[in-house]
Amino acid sequence: MENFQYILPEIFISVSIMLFLLVGVFKKNSASLIYNLSNISLVILLALIINLSSLDTIYLFNNSYLIDNLSNYMKIILVGSGIFVMLTGSKYIQVINLNKIEYPILILSSILGMMIMISSNDLIVFYMGLELQSLALYVLSSFNRDNLLSTESGLKYFVLSALSSGLLLYGCSLTYGFSESTNFDQILINSTEFNYGTTFGIVFILVGLAFKISAVPFHMWAPDVYQGSPTSVTLFFAILPKIAALSVFIKFLYTPFANMNDQWQTIIVFISIASMIFGAVAAIGQKNLKRLIAYSSISHMGYALAGLATVSNQGIQSSITYISIYLVMNLAFFSCLFMLKRNDKYYENIEDLSGLSKKHPILSFSLLIVLFSLAGIPPLAGFFAKFYIFLAVIEQSMYFLAIVGLLATVVAAFYYLRIIKIIYFDPEKEEYETSHNLGLKITLAISTIFILAYFIYPSGITEIVSKITMI
Amino acid sequence: MNFPILSSLILLPTIGALFILFTKSSSGKYQSSKYVALFISLANFLLSLYLWYVFDKNSIDFQFIENREWLSGFINYKVGIDGISILFVILTTFITPICIISVNATIKKRLKDFLIAILIMETFMIGVFCSLDLVVFYLFFEAGLIPMFLIIGIWGGERRVYSAFKFFLYTLLGSVLMLVAIISIYWITGTTDVEKLYELGIKAEYQNLLWLAFFSSFAVKTPMWPVHTWLPDAHVEAPTVGSVLLAAILLKMAGYGFIRFSIGLFPLASENFTMLVYILSLIAIIYTSLVALMQEDMKKLIAYSSVAHMGFVTLGIFTMTQQGIEGSIFQMISHGLVSAALFLSVGVVYERHHTRLINKYGGLVSIMPRYAIVFMVFTLGALGLPGTTGFIGEFLILMGAFEKNILVAMIASLGVILGAAYMLWLFKRVVFGEINNQGLKSMKDLKTFEIITLSALVIPILFFGFYPEPLMNSIEASVENTLNMYNFDLINSLASKD
Repeated sequence: MENFQYILPEIFISVSIMLFLLVGVFKKNSASLIYNLSNISLVILLALIINLSSLDTIYLFNNSYLIDNLSNYMKIILVGSGIFVMLTGSKYIQVINLNKIEYPILILSSILGMMIMISSNDLIVFYMGLELQSLALYVLSSFNRDNLLSTESGLKYFVLSALSSGLLLYGCSLTYGFSESTNFDQILINSTEFNYGTTFGIVFILVGLAFKISAVPFHMWAPDVYQGSPTSVTLFFAILPKIAALSVFIKFLYTPFANMNDQWQTIIVFISIASMIFGAVAAIGQKNLKRLIAYSSISHMGYALAGLATVSNQGIQSSITYISIYLVMNLAFFSCLFMLKRNDKYYENIEDLSGLSKKHPILSFSLLIVLFSLAGIPPLAGFFAKFYIFLAVIEQSMYFLAIVGLLATVVAAFYYLRIIKIIYFDPEKEEYETSHNLGLKITLAISTIFILAYFIYPSGITEIVSKITMI
Repeated sequence: MNFPILSSLILLPTIGALFILFTKSSSGKYQSSKYVALFISLANFLLSLYLWYVFDKNSIDFQFIENREWLSGFINYKVGIDGISILFVILTTFITPICIISVNATIKKRLKDFLIAILIMETFMIGVFCSLDLVVFYLFFEAGLIPMFLIIGIWGGERRVYSAFKFFLYTLLGSVLMLVAIISIYWITGTTDVEKLYELGIKAEYQNLLWLAFFSSFAVKTPMWPVHTWLPDAHVEAPTVGSVLLAAILLKMAGYGFIRFSIGLFPLASENFTMLVYILSLIAIIYTSLVALMQEDMKKLIAYSSVAHMGFVTLGIFTMTQQGIEGSIFQMISHGLVSAALFLSVGVVYERHHTRLINKYGGLVSIMPRYAIVFMVFTLGALGLPGTTGFIGEFLILMGAFEKNILVAMIASLGVILGAAYMLWLFKRVVFGEINNQGLKSMKDLKTFEIITLSALVIPILFFGFYPEPLMNSIEASVENTLNMYNFDLINSLASKD
């Protein structure tokens, strides 16, 4: 029974989900109430996780569930960004008439699924968590059901994601078959010798995970789903599943398959290079900001994976730092996107930003900072994210990966600059509304200041992350 | 004496920029923001002069060092100056107030944003010349792209977007390789602290590649011959003040980088690649001088002349002689003053007549006599007439070159003649001759603020042209030290080969 105190956060959030569901069913017009309650429960959840994070590594439920520095840190940034996603999106879903009780409940269940994924130490537990978050996400992406694009994106995501889950499951079964266990640590012990079965297992599992993180060549769904989903869901997609998937990536590569790094290292390097280049090149021609950010996130995931390819603690820590900074940049970018509102209509094409700087200097300045940061120009936070990655990559003498990655940043800089050009150099268009809700303003202010002032004290995140060691 | 004077020098403009950002100007013209910016930049200038005064010119060590923990465990924020960098710092703080005074004429819209961009730019530029850590250097070096991109893009001419993109992407592409090199240096030696790296040295087997990586960045920024094409575009489209900053200070970052990093950190590789630099410099001197001769746009002509002058600078640096390097530094300072002055002069007539085409002008001497006089001083400064700073720089560089390689020196001397040709021809066509264009007659002579800015530039050009001693004093010990280290490393490596 004593195990339960350690999964108090998970229990708390499950109970909240069921409670909110009941409230939603029995109380009419309670959508806003549930939305706010969900946000509060996320804050409590965050407090509960932080409360647990002082403890050392704990194995629970017959070693199938693991709480350690990695899972704690990942859960903290997961739930923390969840709170901001809810804060920024609250007005948006009201305006486009999506304020239904299911919305926050689906977000909470998906977060629960991700938390289970992050903490799992067993193939079956991992798969349960994965499916819980995926099922919630299928519904969320098609949540705007009267919109053609949204339903399309939901269907597309469902079909492709189901396929990838199938591959993943096949990989799990192969791994189980050849290593005789579903427990991660046990797999590590049993798979000291090379065999084809486990190798195939790794490949299939990596395919499934690469799909979740939208890395090339399993990225096809990302642009359509990003564009079709309601913007608040796109923001969710851009951040939370990536945190969870990256965490699982780290876990898989460095726990059950740690002995087989010469098998998977090439795969990760390939995926990483392909994502960096493809994401940078394909974004050039985009006209829709959400589509563009989809390609940009593909290339950002390439950089995060480059850190994992190094087989070093330094690399893992750099990836985690990268995703932490990446999520702040995305929050800031989407907050700006939520502000492009005129007469209850949201604008999301690049052209709509034309001449924004004349009437909206603060908004444009934030976008400027975010875009230069996404491009990785010093002294903004995005530069440090890349800097840590390349520090780790070059430590392992992987010069090819480093040079390709840096050249890709130059290509990527082009399309970020193009947006800046449209904001600052082009003739102005109609004005947007300037009154926004407080949550949005706070999120934008915090994230922009974080990006801008990161260089003053860059050791903050690194010191926390340096506790996470896998090797 | 623990007051962080260098950090205050770096941060003061940013504080001014923040102040302007958060205050509202009572009138719509933002006059008060301008005075704030001017005050801040003048204060910074005075601070840097004070720095020069208390600076110990006989010491070869870095002075006013600040060393703080920054990226924990990896990299420290370290700044400090020696005799070479202090001159560039003063150049920066000197040019910035001049830029701010001259925004009057050239910037018609969004003056407040422009002032902020210039002040931020000043922070980054001073940072480049003060940093004693490779990562800190890279940070400032790259960060300068952001305000410059905006200056060209927002306040530039017709093809400003193209030029701004070209400027940004060229420089970024060159610099990313330098980042790889910097990180590699960290893993090879365990530090990016420049002083420590001077002591430790870098193993010979790595030097060539690292040198090339640094070179790719500095060559674009200098700009050297095959990668110079962004400069004419950027200059022509940038507003006058942007061109001044670009020519006077941004280009000097690379020359400074060559002396501080390429020679200082990779002496063996510098020796290996000397011929490459000679050839590229000579092509830059001869070829771009010829190109400059044929330009119809005044700004473009001056831009190409900048490439040629920077060719002299790189040539002088890689002669590895006391005269050559001192001459290069002097030439950079001189070019900083002269090119700034020339761009301002072009700005003066452009603002009145709205064209930069040379053939639209002529006979300005009878309409604008005062202008003709200052423009003459700057022209003579640019072509290196004795008595101006331009002469001393070129003379020393050629002296250094003759010591090392007579053929190179002779070809480079041709550049001096060509330089005289295109500058004098420009002057003849603009200032002398008949007044063909009736529209010119309504042009007024220099206004007060123009007299202030231009004479502020005339004075140092003539003063240091006749009496270069203060500048030379300041750099002598540091250059000697750089060369001693360089020769020491070379002799060591030869000894270890035998």
